[in-house]
Amino acid sequence: MYGVVMSVPLTLLGLLEREPSHGYDLKRDYDTYFSRGKPLPFGQVYATLGRLARDGKIVVGEVEPGVGPDRKRYVITERGATEVDAWLAEPVEPEPNLQTVLFSKVVLALMLERPAGEYLDRQRAAHLRRMTELTAIKRDGDLVDTLLADHGLFHLEADLHWIDTTVARLDALRKLVRS
Amino acid sequence: MTAIEAREVVLSFGSTPALRGANLSVDPGEIVAVMGPSGSGKTTLLHCLAGILVPDAGEIRLADRRVDTLAEPERSALRRDRFGFVFQSGQLVPELTAEENVALPLLLRGVKRAAALSQARPWFERLGLGGLERRRSGELSGGQAQRVALARGLVSRPEVLFADEPTGALDSLTGEQVMDLLVGCAREQGTTVVLVTHEARVAAYADRQVIVRDGRVNALVSA
Repeated sequence: MYGVVMSVPLTLLGLLEREPSHGYDLKRDYDTYFSRGKPLPFGQVYATLGRLARDGKIVVGEVEPGVGPDRKRYVITERGATEVDAWLAEPVEPEPNLQTVLFSKVVLALMLERPAGEYLDRQRAAHLRRMTELTAIKRDGDLVDTLLADHGLFHLEADLHWIDTTVARLDALRKLVRS
Repeated sequence: MTAIEAREVVLSFGSTPALRGANLSVDPGEIVAVMGPSGSGKTTLLHCLAGILVPDAGEIRLADRRVDTLAEPERSALRRDRFGFVFQSGQLVPELTAEENVALPLLLRGVKRAAALSQARPWFERLGLGGLERRRSGELSGGQAQRVALARGLVSRPEVLFADEPTGALDSLTGEQVMDLLVGCAREQGTTVVLVTHEARVAAYADRQVIVRDGRVNALVSA
Protein backbone atom coordinates (compact mmCIF):
# COMPACT_ATOMS: atom_id res chain seq x y z
CA MET A 1 0.00 0.00 0.00
CA TYR A 2 1.52 3.28 -1.02
CA GLY A 3 0.65 6.87 -0.18
CA VAL A 4 -0.88 9.07 -2.81
CA VAL A 5 1.22 11.81 -4.37
CA MET A 6 -0.62 14.84 -3.00
CA SER A 7 1.95 17.00 -1.43
CA VAL A 8 0.67 20.61 -1.14
CA PRO A 9 -2.21 20.01 1.34
CA LEU A 10 -0.18 17.48 3.31
CA THR A 11 2.89 19.68 3.33
CA LEU A 12 0.84 22.61 4.66
CA LEU A 13 -0.67 20.27 7.26
CA GLY A 14 2.83 19.19 8.23
CA LEU A 15 3.93 22.80 8.63
CA LEU A 16 0.89 23.40 10.83
CA GLU A 17 1.75 20.44 12.98
CA ARG A 18 5.03 22.14 13.76
CA GLU A 19 3.13 25.17 15.13
CA PRO A 20 -0.11 27.06 14.52
CA SER A 21 0.56 29.58 11.73
CA HIS A 22 -0.89 32.33 9.59
CA GLY A 23 -1.37 31.75 5.87
CA TYR A 24 1.48 34.13 5.16
CA ASP A 25 3.92 32.14 7.36
CA LEU A 26 2.85 28.92 5.69
CA LYS A 27 3.45 30.35 2.24
CA ARG A 28 6.86 31.71 3.26
CA ASP A 29 7.99 28.37 4.71
CA TYR A 30 6.54 26.41 1.81
CA ASP A 31 8.36 28.63 -0.70
CA THR A 32 11.60 28.42 1.31
CA TYR A 33 11.75 24.65 1.56
CA PHE A 34 9.44 23.04 -0.93
CA SER A 35 8.98 25.14 -4.07
CA ARG A 36 12.11 27.07 -4.75
CA GLY A 37 11.77 29.21 -7.85
CA LYS A 38 8.04 28.42 -8.12
CA PRO A 39 6.24 30.21 -5.28
CA LEU A 40 2.89 28.89 -4.12
CA PRO A 41 0.20 31.48 -5.04
CA PHE A 42 -1.61 33.00 -2.04
CA GLY A 43 -4.88 31.97 -3.63
CA GLN A 44 -3.83 28.31 -3.57
CA VAL A 45 -2.66 28.60 0.06
CA TYR A 46 -6.03 29.91 1.25
CA ALA A 47 -8.06 27.61 -0.97
CA THR A 48 -6.12 24.65 0.41
CA LEU A 49 -6.52 25.85 3.98
CA GLY A 50 -10.25 26.25 3.34
CA ARG A 51 -10.52 22.64 2.17
CA LEU A 52 -8.46 21.38 5.10
CA ALA A 53 -10.76 23.26 7.51
CA ARG A 54 -13.86 21.93 5.74
CA ASP A 55 -12.51 18.39 6.12
CA GLY A 56 -11.83 18.87 9.83
CA LYS A 57 -8.05 18.59 9.51
CA ILE A 58 -7.42 22.13 10.75
CA VAL A 59 -9.42 24.75 12.62
CA VAL A 60 -9.22 28.51 12.55
CA GLY A 61 -7.87 29.75 15.86
CA GLU A 62 -8.58 33.03 17.50
CA VAL A 63 -9.11 35.82 14.96
CA GLU A 64 -6.60 38.55 15.65
CA PRO A 65 -7.35 42.25 15.37
CA GLY A 66 -6.67 43.98 12.02
CA VAL A 67 -7.75 43.49 8.42
CA GLY A 68 -7.12 40.87 5.73
CA PRO A 69 -6.96 37.09 5.78
CA ASP A 70 -3.78 36.97 7.83
CA ARG A 71 -5.65 37.76 10.98
CA LYS A 72 -6.43 34.07 11.14
CA ARG A 73 -4.10 31.59 12.74
CA TYR A 74 -4.65 27.99 11.69
CA VAL A 75 -4.31 25.05 14.09
CA ILE A 76 -4.02 21.37 13.14
CA THR A 77 -6.58 18.94 14.55
CA GLU A 78 -6.02 15.39 15.80
CA ARG A 79 -7.41 14.16 12.49
CA GLY A 80 -4.98 16.32 10.53
CA ALA A 81 -2.02 15.23 12.66
CA THR A 82 -2.94 11.57 12.16
CA GLU A 83 -3.01 12.11 8.41
CA VAL A 84 0.43 13.76 8.42
CA ASP A 85 1.81 10.88 10.49
CA ALA A 86 0.44 8.25 8.12
CA TRP A 87 1.62 10.13 5.02
CA LEU A 88 5.16 10.56 6.29
CA ALA A 89 5.53 6.94 7.34
CA GLU A 90 4.16 5.45 4.13
CA PRO A 91 6.55 4.91 1.21
CA VAL A 92 5.59 6.63 -2.01
CA GLU A 93 4.78 4.36 -4.92
CA PRO A 94 8.09 3.79 -6.67
CA GLU A 95 7.90 5.58 -9.99
CA PRO A 96 10.12 8.02 -11.87
CA ASN A 97 10.57 11.63 -10.80
CA LEU A 98 9.64 11.35 -7.16
CA GLN A 99 12.38 13.55 -5.81
CA THR A 100 10.05 16.45 -4.98
CA VAL A 101 7.67 14.33 -2.92
CA LEU A 102 10.49 12.46 -1.21
CA PHE A 103 12.29 15.71 -0.50
CA SER A 104 9.15 17.24 1.04
CA LYS A 105 8.69 14.21 3.26
CA VAL A 106 12.28 14.23 4.46
CA VAL A 107 12.28 17.94 5.32
CA LEU A 108 8.93 17.73 7.10
CA ALA A 109 9.94 14.60 8.99
CA LEU A 110 13.03 16.39 10.27
CA MET A 111 11.06 19.52 11.18
CA LEU A 112 8.58 17.38 13.12
CA GLU A 113 11.30 15.25 14.77
CA ARG A 114 10.10 12.08 13.08
CA PRO A 115 12.47 9.22 12.16
CA ALA A 116 13.38 10.44 8.66
CA GLY A 117 16.11 7.80 8.31
CA GLU A 118 13.59 5.05 9.01
CA TYR A 119 11.17 6.48 6.42
CA LEU A 120 13.97 6.55 3.85
CA ASP A 121 14.84 2.93 4.69
CA ARG A 122 11.25 1.95 3.97
CA GLN A 123 11.34 3.88 0.73
CA ARG A 124 14.56 2.11 -0.22
CA ALA A 125 12.88 -1.24 0.43
CA ALA A 126 9.88 -0.24 -1.71
CA HIS A 127 12.17 0.88 -4.52
CA LEU A 128 14.24 -2.31 -4.40
CA ARG A 129 11.10 -4.41 -4.43
CA ARG A 130 9.89 -2.61 -7.54
CA MET A 131 13.33 -2.98 -9.14
CA THR A 132 13.21 -6.72 -8.44
CA GLU A 133 9.80 -6.90 -10.17
CA LEU A 134 11.09 -4.96 -13.18
CA THR A 135 14.17 -7.21 -13.38
CA ALA A 136 11.88 -10.25 -13.47
CA ILE A 137 9.84 -8.60 -16.25
CA LYS A 138 13.05 -8.15 -18.25
CA ARG A 139 13.97 -11.80 -17.76
CA ASP A 140 10.63 -13.08 -19.00
CA GLY A 141 9.60 -10.36 -21.44
CA ASP A 142 10.39 -9.29 -24.99
CA LEU A 143 12.63 -6.44 -26.10
CA VAL A 144 9.91 -3.79 -25.70
CA ASP A 145 9.21 -4.97 -22.15
CA THR A 146 12.94 -4.88 -21.50
CA LEU A 147 13.36 -1.32 -22.73
CA LEU A 148 10.36 -0.10 -20.73
CA ALA A 149 11.58 -1.91 -17.62
CA ASP A 150 15.06 -0.42 -18.13
CA HIS A 151 13.58 3.07 -18.17
CA GLY A 152 11.95 2.44 -14.81
CA LEU A 153 15.05 0.74 -13.39
CA PHE A 154 17.41 3.59 -14.25
CA HIS A 155 15.06 6.19 -12.78
CA LEU A 156 14.50 4.17 -9.62
CA GLU A 157 18.25 3.70 -9.33
CA ALA A 158 18.70 7.48 -9.52
CA ASP A 159 16.16 7.88 -6.69
CA LEU A 160 18.10 5.32 -4.65
CA HIS A 161 21.33 7.26 -5.14
CA TRP A 162 19.50 10.32 -3.89
CA ILE A 163 18.10 8.37 -0.90
CA ASP A 164 21.57 7.07 0.04
CA THR A 165 23.16 10.49 -0.24
CA THR A 166 20.34 12.07 1.75
CA VAL A 167 20.69 9.49 4.52
CA ALA A 168 24.36 10.48 4.74
CA ARG A 169 23.35 14.16 4.97
CA LEU A 170 20.42 13.86 7.39
CA ASP A 171 22.27 15.37 10.35
CA ALA A 172 23.26 18.46 8.35
CA LEU A 173 19.74 18.82 6.95
CA ARG A 174 18.23 18.41 10.43
CA LYS A 175 20.34 21.28 11.71
CA LEU A 176 19.31 23.45 8.74
CA VAL A 177 15.55 22.94 9.00
CA ARG A 178 15.50 23.31 12.77
CA SER A 179 17.66 26.42 12.86
CA MET B 1 18.81 -25.71 7.94
CA THR B 2 20.59 -22.66 6.59
CA ALA B 3 23.23 -22.91 3.84
CA ILE B 4 25.57 -20.40 5.44
CA GLU B 5 25.29 -18.15 8.43
CA ALA B 6 27.10 -15.39 10.31
CA ARG B 7 26.19 -15.02 13.98
CA GLU B 8 27.17 -11.88 15.87
CA VAL B 9 30.39 -11.60 13.90
CA VAL B 10 32.89 -9.02 15.12
CA LEU B 11 36.12 -8.16 13.32
CA SER B 12 38.50 -5.23 13.61
CA PHE B 13 41.50 -4.27 11.54
CA GLY B 14 43.86 -2.91 14.19
CA SER B 15 41.81 -0.39 16.12
CA THR B 16 39.30 0.06 13.28
CA PRO B 17 36.12 -1.99 13.72
CA ALA B 18 34.83 -3.46 10.44
CA LEU B 19 32.06 -5.74 11.71
CA ARG B 20 30.29 -5.07 15.01
CA GLY B 21 27.96 -8.00 15.52
CA ALA B 22 26.90 -8.90 11.98
CA ASN B 23 24.16 -11.49 11.52
CA LEU B 24 23.20 -13.04 8.19
CA SER B 25 21.48 -16.32 7.46
CA VAL B 26 21.16 -17.57 3.89
CA ASP B 27 18.90 -20.47 2.92
CA PRO B 28 20.01 -23.24 0.54
CA GLY B 29 19.61 -22.08 -3.07
CA GLU B 30 18.84 -18.53 -2.01
CA ILE B 31 20.45 -15.55 -3.76
CA VAL B 32 21.12 -12.75 -1.28
CA ALA B 33 22.50 -9.34 -2.21
CA VAL B 34 24.59 -7.63 0.46
CA MET B 35 24.48 -3.89 -0.16
CA GLY B 36 25.96 -0.93 1.63
CA PRO B 37 28.11 2.14 1.22
CA SER B 38 31.87 1.96 0.76
CA GLY B 39 33.62 0.96 3.96
CA SER B 40 30.43 -0.40 5.55
CA GLY B 41 31.94 -3.87 5.99
CA LYS B 42 30.13 -5.77 3.24
CA THR B 43 33.25 -7.27 1.64
CA THR B 44 34.68 -8.07 5.09
CA LEU B 45 31.47 -9.96 5.86
CA LEU B 46 31.79 -11.92 2.60
CA HIS B 47 35.41 -12.76 3.45
CA CYS B 48 34.36 -14.01 6.90
CA LEU B 49 31.54 -16.13 5.45
CA ALA B 50 33.96 -17.58 2.88
CA GLY B 51 36.58 -18.48 5.49
CA ILE B 52 39.10 -16.03 4.05
CA LEU B 53 39.10 -13.95 7.25
CA VAL B 54 38.59 -15.26 10.77
CA PRO B 55 36.32 -13.15 13.01
CA ASP B 56 37.53 -11.87 16.39
CA ALA B 57 34.21 -13.03 17.87
CA GLY B 58 31.00 -14.67 16.70
CA GLU B 59 30.42 -17.71 14.54
CA ILE B 60 30.41 -18.66 10.87
CA ARG B 61 28.49 -21.82 10.02
CA LEU B 62 28.33 -23.73 6.75
CA ALA B 63 25.21 -25.88 7.06
CA ASP B 64 25.64 -26.93 10.69
CA ARG B 65 29.42 -26.90 10.76
CA ARG B 66 31.53 -24.14 12.36
CA VAL B 67 33.91 -22.61 9.83
CA ASP B 68 35.59 -19.96 11.97
CA THR B 69 37.15 -22.48 14.35
CA LEU B 70 38.84 -24.46 11.57
CA ALA B 71 42.59 -24.20 10.99
CA GLU B 72 43.75 -22.49 7.80
CA PRO B 73 44.44 -25.73 5.86
CA GLU B 74 40.89 -26.92 6.56
CA ARG B 75 39.41 -23.56 5.61
CA SER B 76 41.49 -23.61 2.47
CA ALA B 77 40.09 -27.05 1.61
CA LEU B 78 36.60 -25.76 2.27
CA ARG B 79 37.11 -22.83 -0.11
CA ARG B 80 38.48 -25.16 -2.74
CA ASP B 81 35.89 -27.93 -2.43
CA ARG B 82 32.64 -26.27 -1.47
CA PHE B 83 32.82 -22.61 -2.45
CA GLY B 84 33.09 -20.72 -5.73
CA PHE B 85 34.28 -17.15 -6.16
CA VAL B 86 33.76 -14.34 -8.65
CA PHE B 87 35.47 -11.01 -8.06
CA GLN B 88 35.14 -7.56 -9.61
CA SER B 89 37.88 -8.07 -12.14
CA GLY B 90 37.98 -11.67 -13.33
CA GLN B 91 41.40 -12.27 -11.79
CA LEU B 92 42.10 -14.93 -14.39
CA VAL B 93 45.56 -16.45 -14.39
CA PRO B 94 47.17 -14.71 -17.39
CA GLU B 95 49.50 -17.58 -18.25
CA LEU B 96 46.61 -20.03 -18.66
CA THR B 97 44.13 -20.29 -21.51
CA ALA B 98 40.47 -19.51 -20.85
CA GLU B 99 39.57 -23.20 -20.63
CA GLU B 100 42.46 -23.91 -18.27
CA ASN B 101 41.25 -21.03 -16.09
CA VAL B 102 37.76 -22.54 -15.95
CA ALA B 103 39.22 -25.99 -15.21
CA LEU B 104 41.45 -24.63 -12.43
CA PRO B 105 39.17 -25.37 -9.44
CA LEU B 106 38.83 -28.96 -10.66
CA LEU B 107 42.59 -29.32 -11.19
CA LEU B 108 43.16 -28.02 -7.66
CA ARG B 109 40.78 -30.67 -6.37
CA GLY B 110 42.90 -33.32 -8.03
CA VAL B 111 40.74 -34.01 -11.09
CA LYS B 112 42.95 -35.17 -13.98
CA ARG B 113 43.70 -32.57 -16.64
CA ALA B 114 41.77 -34.20 -19.50
CA ALA B 115 38.70 -34.75 -17.32
CA ALA B 116 38.89 -31.23 -15.91
CA LEU B 117 39.12 -29.67 -19.38
CA SER B 118 36.24 -31.77 -20.66
CA GLN B 119 34.09 -30.55 -17.74
CA ALA B 120 35.19 -26.98 -18.42
CA ARG B 121 34.46 -26.88 -22.16
CA PRO B 122 30.61 -27.04 -22.10
CA TRP B 123 30.62 -23.81 -20.10
CA PHE B 124 31.92 -21.93 -23.12
CA GLU B 125 28.81 -22.61 -25.22
CA ARG B 126 26.59 -22.15 -22.20
CA LEU B 127 27.96 -18.66 -21.50
CA GLY B 128 28.21 -17.55 -25.13
CA LEU B 129 31.98 -17.97 -25.23
CA GLY B 130 32.22 -20.62 -27.94
CA GLY B 131 35.52 -20.39 -29.86
CA LEU B 132 37.37 -18.53 -27.09
CA GLU B 133 38.57 -21.62 -25.21
CA ARG B 134 42.24 -21.25 -26.15
CA ARG B 135 42.53 -17.51 -25.65
CA ARG B 136 44.48 -16.03 -22.78
CA SER B 137 42.94 -13.38 -20.53
CA GLY B 138 44.72 -10.54 -22.36
CA GLU B 139 42.88 -11.56 -25.53
CA LEU B 140 39.41 -11.36 -23.94
CA SER B 141 37.13 -8.33 -23.50
CA GLY B 142 36.11 -7.38 -19.95
CA GLY B 143 32.72 -9.03 -20.36
CA GLN B 144 34.22 -12.22 -21.84
CA ALA B 145 36.81 -12.42 -19.05
CA GLN B 146 34.09 -12.00 -16.43
CA ARG B 147 32.02 -14.79 -17.99
CA VAL B 148 35.11 -17.03 -17.92
CA ALA B 149 35.51 -16.10 -14.24
CA LEU B 150 31.85 -16.97 -13.67
CA ALA B 151 32.34 -20.38 -15.33
CA ARG B 152 35.38 -20.93 -13.11
CA GLY B 153 33.29 -20.02 -10.06
CA LEU B 154 30.54 -22.50 -10.92
CA VAL B 155 32.36 -25.37 -12.70
CA SER B 156 32.84 -27.43 -9.55
CA ARG B 157 29.15 -27.04 -8.62
CA PRO B 158 29.93 -25.27 -5.35
CA GLU B 159 27.43 -25.16 -2.50
CA VAL B 160 27.94 -21.42 -2.16
CA LEU B 161 29.09 -18.91 -4.77
CA PHE B 162 30.56 -15.70 -3.37
CA ALA B 163 30.41 -12.84 -5.87
CA ASP B 164 32.06 -9.55 -4.90
CA GLU B 165 30.98 -6.69 -7.20
CA PRO B 166 30.91 -9.12 -10.15
CA THR B 167 29.80 -6.42 -12.59
CA GLY B 168 31.76 -3.54 -11.07
CA ALA B 169 34.19 -3.25 -13.97
CA LEU B 170 31.61 -3.72 -16.74
CA ASP B 171 29.28 -1.39 -18.65
CA SER B 172 25.62 -1.76 -17.77
CA LEU B 173 24.56 -3.99 -20.68
CA THR B 174 27.54 -6.35 -20.29
CA GLY B 175 27.00 -6.38 -16.53
CA GLU B 176 23.39 -7.34 -17.10
CA GLN B 177 24.41 -10.28 -19.31
CA VAL B 178 26.80 -11.49 -16.61
CA MET B 179 24.09 -11.20 -13.94
CA ASP B 180 21.54 -13.02 -16.13
CA LEU B 181 24.03 -15.87 -16.55
CA LEU B 182 25.09 -15.88 -12.90
CA VAL B 183 21.53 -16.05 -11.60
CA GLY B 184 20.37 -18.48 -14.29
CA CYS B 185 23.25 -20.93 -13.73
CA ALA B 186 23.07 -20.68 -9.94
CA ARG B 187 19.35 -21.47 -9.99
CA GLU B 188 19.87 -24.40 -12.36
CA GLN B 189 22.52 -25.88 -10.08
CA GLY B 190 20.78 -24.95 -6.84
CA THR B 191 23.83 -22.97 -5.78
CA THR B 192 23.42 -20.53 -2.90
CA VAL B 193 24.77 -17.09 -3.82
CA VAL B 194 26.08 -14.32 -1.59
CA LEU B 195 26.39 -11.29 -3.84
CA VAL B 196 28.13 -8.14 -2.62
CA THR B 197 27.24 -5.06 -4.62
CA HIS B 198 26.70 -1.36 -4.20
CA GLU B 199 24.56 -1.25 -7.35
CA ALA B 200 20.81 -1.48 -6.84
CA ARG B 201 20.24 -2.78 -10.37
CA VAL B 202 22.55 -5.72 -9.63
CA ALA B 203 20.99 -6.33 -6.21
CA ALA B 204 17.56 -6.46 -7.89
CA TYR B 205 18.53 -9.86 -9.36
CA ALA B 206 18.63 -11.37 -5.87
CA ASP B 207 15.81 -13.02 -3.95
CA ARG B 208 16.53 -10.80 -0.96
CA GLN B 209 18.59 -7.72 -0.23
CA VAL B 210 20.23 -6.74 3.04
CA ILE B 211 22.21 -3.62 3.87
CA VAL B 212 25.44 -3.50 5.87
CA ARG B 213 25.76 -0.27 7.77
CA ASP B 214 28.42 0.47 10.37
CA GLY B 215 29.42 -3.17 10.51
CA ARG B 216 25.93 -4.54 11.13
CA VAL B 217 23.48 -6.20 8.77
CA ASN B 218 20.02 -4.65 8.41
CA ALA B 219 17.13 -6.33 6.72
CA LEU B 220 15.16 -4.02 4.48
CA VAL B 221 12.23 -2.59 6.40
CA SER B 222 8.94 -3.64 4.85
CA ALA B 223 6.48 -0.97 3.86
